[in-house]
Amino acid sequence: MKRVVITGAGTINALGHDVASTLTAMREGQCGIGPLDLRDVERLSIQIGGQVTGFEAIGRYNRQQMALYDRFTQFTLAAAKEAIDQSGLQFSGELSAKSGVVLGTAGGGVSTWDDNYRSVYEDGKNRVHPFVVPKLMNNAAASHVSMEHNLKGPSFTVSTACASSNHAMAQAFTMVRSGLAPVMVTGGSESMLCFGGVKAWEGLRVMSRDACRPFSANRNGMVQGEGAGVFVFEEYERARARGADILCEVAGFAMSSDAGDIVMPSKNGASRAMAGALEDARINREDVGYINAHGTGTAANDKTECAAVADVFGPHADKLMISSTKSMHGHLIGGTGAVELLACIMALRDGVIAPTIGYQEPDPECALDVVPNEARDAKVSVALSNAFAFGGMNAVLALRSV
Amino acid sequence: MSTLEQVIAIIADQAVLDPSDVKPESTLEELGIDSLGLVESIFAIEEAFDISVPFNANNPTESDFDISTVSSIVEGIERLRREQG
Repeated sequence: MKRVVITGAGTINALGHDVASTLTAMREGQCGIGPLDLRDVERLSIQIGGQVTGFEAIGRYNRQQMALYDRFTQFTLAAAKEAIDQSGLQFSGELSAKSGVVLGTAGGGVSTWDDNYRSVYEDGKNRVHPFVVPKLMNNAAASHVSMEHNLKGPSFTVSTACASSNHAMAQAFTMVRSGLAPVMVTGGSESMLCFGGVKAWEGLRVMSRDACRPFSANRNGMVQGEGAGVFVFEEYERARARGADILCEVAGFAMSSDAGDIVMPSKNGASRAMAGALEDARINREDVGYINAHGTGTAANDKTECAAVADVFGPHADKLMISSTKSMHGHLIGGTGAVELLACIMALRDGVIAPTIGYQEPDPECALDVVPNEARDAKVSVALSNAFAFGGMNAVLALRSV
Repeated sequence: MSTLEQVIAIIADQAVLDPSDVKPESTLEELGIDSLGLVESIFAIEEAFDISVPFNANNPTESDFDISTVSSIVEGIERLRREQG
């Protein structure tokens, strides 16, 4: 089995349009959540979100591209370019033929669905633009990344709600580890911050109207975000031979299914995913210094996740740090694990633990070190990144400093 | 604007050309319009003239709507406007 390292990272989210600005914002505990700016927002009962601002498709993409790129694809292409540029890789010949792209998204082109339903149902129009289907399909982003960067190996899109990008990165990881692909571009994106996308989430009654306060006793729900995170996963010896800057190692992963409830999380399913990732990476639980929590800020997730951490780590649960950066960038649904992986890389590489902001009151059911409100300097050599999706599908990645 | 001028504007927009470079006798192929561009042009024509164009991308030459040149498209549009108007 081969070792897998990350040699490029890219993002766009409510905290920044690239990795550097995102990490600075996380270090400073900035909040990217604010009033939503979208059509018919006054008809929404939830009017806040982690919206990407100042990102204009006009000027960035030409008219033909804009006709084909939903906002989730636009985000993905921007993040993928940053990641691949950083890796220094150019895909041609054998490398191009074997390298692929696996991305996660829960909803795909949600605003394309929304705009066109409006047009035919509300405005009564009887025809839609010919590219509606290629624009909204969930694999559109992965396809455009493959075309833009000449990635001709295994490529597809994974959709497991809030765990989509962790499941996607797990697939990319196994492909590089097994030798199937020398390099995989992977991560995920989401863009649901349109009227229909927010209205659907409102229906579940799990959304906060004011802030995302994970682990805080007075937390009152999740807040949606949007954006993308994309990484270059590369076989270790290959990366070393070409002198690439290695951000960290992807040491292992595990997936589990609760096989229980369609929305309620399960301590057992979450525990099995975390314990499985440690076992797969052959890491002792005492070596884990940081966990980037799923930490949605809902009553159910946060207490279940903390109980699962206590189960898996025993006495060490009180020594490790666990934080939820969703408090800053919101819940990017299918793209969330990818953006959150950046916090793990910052912990391993820079020795800075991103905080859980908005933390106001301790909750006895979440009695762990949640790095409240301020970032912390700490030396960490192993980090976990949790994602526990609706539908009970969990994926946890284990990362190690190199 | 005449039908011809409107069609030239639509086709030129698709082909990313100046309208003066699009002639009545130009074929879509020589203007560099591919199959997706053709479907998009048909959509733009339907929107501009409020007609429904009987065009199936699977067999573009067999439909009643002749897309071989700019002027054949104009003739097709005028016929459809008479029939559907």
